[in-house]
Amino acid sequence: MIDEIQKRILEEVADLHEVPIGAYNIRANSKMAARNTTANIDIVSKEDGSGIDVKIKPGTKNESVHIPVVISKTGIKEVVYNDFFIGEDSDVVIVAGCGIHNCGNQDSQHDGVHRFYVGKNAHVKYVEKHYGEGDGTGKRILNPGTEVYMEEGSSMEMEMVQIKGVDSTVRDTKAELAAGASLVVRERLMTHGDQSAVSIYKVQLNGEGSSADVVSRSVARDNSYQKFDAKIDGNAACSGHSECDAIIMDNAKILAVPQLQANNIDAALIHEAAIGKIAGEQLTKLMTLGLTEAEAEEQIINGFLK
Amino acid sequence: MLELRNVSFNVDDDKGQKEIIRDLSLKIDDGKFVVVTGPNGGGKSTLAKIIAGIETPTSGQILFNGKDITHMSITDRANAGISYAFQQPVRFKGIRVIDLLRIAAKTRLSVAEACKYLSEVGLCARDYIEREVNASLSGGELKRIEIATVLARGTQLSLFDEPEAGIDLWSFKNLISVFEHMRETINGSIIIISHQERILDIADEIVVLADGKIVKHGTKDEILPTILGTSAATVSCSVFDKGGNR
Repeated sequence: MIDEIQKRILEEVADLHEVPIGAYNIRANSKMAARNTTANIDIVSKEDGSGIDVKIKPGTKNESVHIPVVISKTGIKEVVYNDFFIGEDSDVVIVAGCGIHNCGNQDSQHDGVHRFYVGKNAHVKYVEKHYGEGDGTGKRILNPGTEVYMEEGSSMEMEMVQIKGVDSTVRDTKAELAAGASLVVRERLMTHGDQSAVSIYKVQLNGEGSSADVVSRSVARDNSYQKFDAKIDGNAACSGHSECDAIIMDNAKILAVPQLQANNIDAALIHEAAIGKIAGEQLTKLMTLGLTEAEAEEQIINGFLK
Repeated sequence: MLELRNVSFNVDDDKGQKEIIRDLSLKIDDGKFVVVTGPNGGGKSTLAKIIAGIETPTSGQILFNGKDITHMSITDRANAGISYAFQQPVRFKGIRVIDLLRIAAKTRLSVAEACKYLSEVGLCARDYIEREVNASLSGGELKRIEIATVLARGTQLSLFDEPEAGIDLWSFKNLISVFEHMRETINGSIIIISHQERILDIADEIVVLADGKIVKHGTKDEILPTILGTSAATVSCSVFDKGGNR
């Protein structure tokens, strides 16, 4: 059911070498390729076929859900809605990811909309990786939409990684946090060739004691374009921090648009944005350790995006 | 053996060309522990950069083991056996201490091996090994890590630009023992740029550099008494008077 190309892409996006342990739903070329549910985690297809609902029972601990998507045919365009209902007091890892192998001349596009309803005091670690490959002229396009609704005392760590091969991305992430909820986002992005990547974050800190920390590290090479657009609204006594740290190379362009809006006197909000090329002294230091300039550059970028 | 023959280094400034190093010749024999001292602005750091290949001399020749390395790249010199510890260590986001030590050692050091180098520079290794070489480390910590990268390389020639700068007085004692130990164990030669009497005191040879020239070079016993008690500033003044009168 899953061929070699799809297997390799699964390794890239979900670190999966074999069938995962725990609950999973593998979608390949717009069809369900495999699914497993557990006593605590149920996965059901939406009736209209537009996606899946993942239901995690309250109190579920140390379980994981993998929902990778693989596209290996050219010309596929799909919009998928996946909803996650995460029960109170649970502690789970969710690994999503989408890989496109496009050898053809038509564009392949996956627009995945993920909605998370995180119950009281639940903790979620969410990992999303994007990957593209194939030497066809058709573009590889991924537009992930993420909506997060966090109840009191819940916490969520999001790790978003896109290192290779995706021609065009618009990542749109929205979050609303109730009292005591905390959201941590770590984005890692590298673009090359003529790629374009736009990351939009809109975070609403609605409850007292809620906090958000959104950090993006990116490298833009060749003629690629990146835009980082993060807005944090502080609507209560809360703390918010956003940071965009970007390395620019070659003829790339990077736009950072950090925004903060305080609607409450006790909202403490900070943003940091820095764009610059690799510091000459960093290259020099690594060269004095015996690396060539190209090797030094690779080490610096790998470290930066780690 | 390292040899500099008639090396000059000029930079452009507002008033035209400025000489930083003037027709400097120097031999560093194998196995020697040489301390280069002298007033600020005398050209010491520039000399170190010229040896490491970061700056190229305007004229003159540099020989390493008899081979002309004047136009050799930083990388090739590093691989030929020259190490250089920066006066102001560089920070790297995302590169951990262990990563840097592994790059320096050119081998995938085990955690225990990497810790050994950190312990030698007085850092409690396990607290540091996984930390990033970034702004979260203090100046003194970075400096010790910088020295550890040179230890990990273990090359024929090791060059340290003011290792004491940025290190507090308490830690400085440890640092002296680091260099004493290095002096005993290392097979190659060591050049340290320093103002510290304690470091001068363990030298085989002392070179006094001022106004881009070597004003004194000899054994510790010859040179140290002549500069002790005279602060670096005194040396500086006499030399600059000379420069001014020229």
